[in-house]
Amino acid sequence: MIGKSKYLRWFVGLLVISAALFLISVYPVPSLLKWQSPFLSRCFFILMICFALCLFRLMRGPTPADRAVAVDTMGILIVGFCAILSIPTGRDWYIDIAIAWALQSFIGALALAKYLEGRGFDE
Amino acid sequence: MSEIIGYVFILIGLLFDIFGCIGLIRLPDVYNRLQATTKCVTLGTCSILLGTIILKGLSATAIKAFLCILFLILTSPAAAHALARGAHASGVKLWQKSICDKYEDDKK
Repeated sequence: MIGKSKYLRWFVGLLVISAALFLISVYPVPSLLKWQSPFLSRCFFILMICFALCLFRLMRGPTPADRAVAVDTMGILIVGFCAILSIPTGRDWYIDIAIAWALQSFIGALALAKYLEGRGFDE
Repeated sequence: MSEIIGYVFILIGLLFDIFGCIGLIRLPDVYNRLQATTKCVTLGTCSILLGTIILKGLSATAIKAFLCILFLILTSPAAAHALARGAHASGVKLWQKSICDKYEDDKK
């Protein structure tokens, strides 16, 4: 019984992810923000799928450490979002946001690690 | 030509990102998940930034993106190490098929 449900879960997950990738690569993209390039807006949707997977782990993580890992991963993904946004819009300050977000995500991860270790913030 | 090379780098980065996030879903343990996401997502985001550099040419944006790559490569392993240490200190068990736990042996 357990083995069957394990294979079923594998199959459903593979089907969902491949169907999402196929739909993104085939369907015409709605014009977000009047972008010139449909390729980059498809890249944007693929990053949104990654973000949804991280949100799943953030909801269902059995321990607090799993949630901390998911938050750290989301912080790194947002840097990728900002880098992709800076190409078609031609605005430089998206990369500034990326640098600031990387700094903030690093400090947040260190604070979460200290919280997991059970120490105060001033030690 | 440089546009094609930049788009190829961005595609490689997206592939690494999505593999890392599938690893975050599928792997059985906090430490395994941390390993998958830290390697794959950091390399993927660095590859996206490298594609940005190639697409933009030599400009202020490219220099800022290079600084961002440098910063991510410097800080992401440190953050992952701190998170793994914190998870071990908070008492998260290893997967039952794990072979050895040297950190636990050292603490005794």
